[in-house]
Amino acid sequence: MTVAFAQSQTHLDELEAESIHIFREVLAGFQRPVMLYSIGKDSSVLLHLLRKAFYPARPPMPLLHVDTTWKFREMIAFRDRVAAAGDVQVLVHINQEGVHQGISPLTHGATVHTDVMKTQALKQALDQYGFDAAIGGARRDEEKSRAKERIFSFRNAQHRWDPRNQRPEFWHTFNTYIRKGESVRVFPLSNWTEMDVWLYIQREGIDVVPLYFAKPRPVVERDGALIMVDDERFVLREGESVQMREVRFRTLGCYPLTGAVESSADTLAKVIEEMALSRSSERQGRVIDQDPAASMERKKQEGYF
Amino acid sequence: MAAPTTALGLLRFITCGSVDDGKSSLLGRLLYDAGMLPDDQLAALARDSRRQHGAGSDVLDFALLTDGLDAERQQGITIDVAYRYFHTARRSFIVADCPGHEQYTRNMATGASNAELAVVLVDARKGVLAQTRRHTYICALLGIRQVVLAVNKMDLVDCDQAIFEAIAAEYRGLAHGLGIGEVQCLPVVALSGDNVGSRSPRMPWYTGASLLELLESTDVTPFRASDFRMPVQWVNRPEQTFRGYAGTVCGGRVACGDEIVVQPGGQHGRVARIVSADGDLPHAADGQAVTLCLDREIDVSRGDVIADARRPAPVADQFACHLLWVGDAALLPNRTYWLKLGTRTVNARVMSIKYKVDVDSQAKLAARQLALNEVGYCTLGLDDEVAFEAYADNRTLGGFILIDRLSNATVACGMLDFALGRSANVHWQHVDIDKGVRAASKGQQPLCLWFTGLSGAGKSTIANLVERRLHALGCHTYLLDGDNIRHGINKDLGFTPEDRVENIRRIAEVAHLMVDAGLIVLVSAISPYRSERQSARELFAAAEFMEVFVDAPLEECERRDPKGLYRKARAGTIRNFTGIDAPYERPVAPDIHLLSTGQHAEQLAEQVVARVLAGIDGHAHG
Repeated sequence: MTVAFAQSQTHLDELEAESIHIFREVLAGFQRPVMLYSIGKDSSVLLHLLRKAFYPARPPMPLLHVDTTWKFREMIAFRDRVAAAGDVQVLVHINQEGVHQGISPLTHGATVHTDVMKTQALKQALDQYGFDAAIGGARRDEEKSRAKERIFSFRNAQHRWDPRNQRPEFWHTFNTYIRKGESVRVFPLSNWTEMDVWLYIQREGIDVVPLYFAKPRPVVERDGALIMVDDERFVLREGESVQMREVRFRTLGCYPLTGAVESSADTLAKVIEEMALSRSSERQGRVIDQDPAASMERKKQEGYF
Repeated sequence: MAAPTTALGLLRFITCGSVDDGKSSLLGRLLYDAGMLPDDQLAALARDSRRQHGAGSDVLDFALLTDGLDAERQQGITIDVAYRYFHTARRSFIVADCPGHEQYTRNMATGASNAELAVVLVDARKGVLAQTRRHTYICALLGIRQVVLAVNKMDLVDCDQAIFEAIAAEYRGLAHGLGIGEVQCLPVVALSGDNVGSRSPRMPWYTGASLLELLESTDVTPFRASDFRMPVQWVNRPEQTFRGYAGTVCGGRVACGDEIVVQPGGQHGRVARIVSADGDLPHAADGQAVTLCLDREIDVSRGDVIADARRPAPVADQFACHLLWVGDAALLPNRTYWLKLGTRTVNARVMSIKYKVDVDSQAKLAARQLALNEVGYCTLGLDDEVAFEAYADNRTLGGFILIDRLSNATVACGMLDFALGRSANVHWQHVDIDKGVRAASKGQQPLCLWFTGLSGAGKSTIANLVERRLHALGCHTYLLDGDNIRHGINKDLGFTPEDRVENIRRIAEVAHLMVDAGLIVLVSAISPYRSERQSARELFAAAEFMEVFVDAPLEECERRDPKGLYRKARAGTIRNFTGIDAPYERPVAPDIHLLSTGQHAEQLAEQVVARVLAGIDGHAHG
């Protein structure tokens, strides 16, 4: 069956204009802004908007990719192609301390791995480069505590978010004043939904990582999730076996922590159609979100994006 | 989860209501009825509901969907705005679920500032409460013109039509009194979904639309066509040949070739190109983020407003406005704050609070301060002229925020009403004899020496010695002593925080006039607040102001107690005494720091004189 889509163009136009406005306020209001680049579909949309906001000038801020060393290989290849395009600087940061300690999602679990290789790594990079505004692709419809977050989200000198005491935020008149050492996280896609993102990718012809489209891939069934075996570091547990299944990903992260979904949607149109009929939410495949209910809030307080 | 299929556009609305009126439940139910809750969220909701209400419970507690913060779940209340997104076959929605508690009014206003419509909930058993009035007032204040009143928990009053009608009539009177034009009322039972997603069989006497149908069909087209306005966010100069002004159109439309005016400067030009990443556009309308190129080189920078030359925006520097105070520390009239309007930031101060509004009863009360979550009607003075619109006509150019200059906190949102007449009628009179001429005839560099410190620290003693010494050297001086000034120009002021702010403001302005007259002015005043000392400094050119911190420990000042004031303060016979029951904010980086304990006043005065002479010499030789 097919589903009719005619999401009003004005709706996407409105979201696009709002995001561009936010990008421009960041550039005007901060000394050293950066755009965090996670290689996923939201980052791809963000990069597209970054280019649009400052056209015909080149993007006047670098991208920062926090590399956990466990991303899908196809993601890294995609990132390197973006860097090769040459119009935007791509900085890559790895928490070397975590690498020396041999931190791995397979042995230390999702929580420790995410904290050391993502949250701590991000804080290291922000401090190292002295960025005072970090733009990210988080959306309010992703998760309950994100639904509560401001577009310009204040962080103290320890990068902490205080959800009980957020700055009020009126209209699109953003307060960009901070003291030295403090910073803000800015979310231009706050008001976009997963569906908006895909429809926009389709409308604008934005390139995304092929992992979003179905294809036979080697996967292992583990803890109720389909985990793709992306390189030789993946260790099979007793009774597990690798099977080729036609799968795709709704969300991308570290490969041992990101569950695939069985799907035959191998084109953008089919992905959108499948999503429209889906009865599960986007982050369902994220192992890190399976912690107790409010864990995202706690992670965010500690500086997670 | 089918995507919407019409072009009615996005509806941004808020839900608000008193605590326990079932607001979060209503919203959860709305999402559920619109088919927007994925299976895994429903499963999690069932799990959370059992945890909250006991293992045997099979009720879905929809409130748990939106209360996403730990503290909210622990206390069972909504602290901050939760944004939810849903769509039906007819429309997309962004809903801000706003907290009901009074202490979170600022969060409710945050949600209301971007909304076109409000769904206000009342409990059928309780009717219109003080909180209902407060929420409705805040909605009206922030410019929401359409309200849907949902009378909830109808099942607990036996679905009695008379009860519903009485509440609806009372609410309509309230809303219309506040200038809310459109009110639609409907009876609902949020928990079971009656009249939420579909019409209720339990209330056949209600023949109107369900809540979802109402939201789908509401027309929120602005009621007035406005003139073209675009605040400039950023000047785009990638190379010598391109100069574009990036911004978001916040009213009307503009086409290539249109004549524009840059405000407040007033230079005219024409739009040569409307640039976007998707190619040049023939025109741009309200809400579009574009880049304008003009047909001539004129000076345009961030904060300027590009407007229709035939119908420019009014320009002023004094206003009447409503303020919602959202700072933890109270608003002090005459303190300088940053004001951000559109993309422009200027210094501003509240000149007077005409009255404050009791938000629950809408009574107008006298006020000398505004505390957290209070609303006042105020006059506002800016350091510079700005292009603006009345908030009722344009939220972007009529809505502003105030930012505290020391903490950087957002402390108020304000809605401009109109420019004050005097704003346009008071002009700077040009005079031929200026400060330079007057200073030259005296053969000196004008200067303001600002002595700050606790009572009894030795400010007046030292300032007096410094003046005698400078006078002996042939300088033209004047000493403004805080105590003496309180006998004259500041006779009407006491020692409350707001009076202290005004006291220092006036002393600084008088000192400024005297420096303009070419004098070396010595000010001796406790001046306890950093913010006001900073404002005083900003009146002067950099080399014309020196902050002298006369630093003595409180115990030492109290031991000296030259005027016996500390004794009285300790005894409680005088109030608001600095160091005892009123704060002193030490200077962070004074120009001259005098540690007065164990030093002779003469030595300390010499230090100051040496610095003054060094400055004059440096200037003369440099």
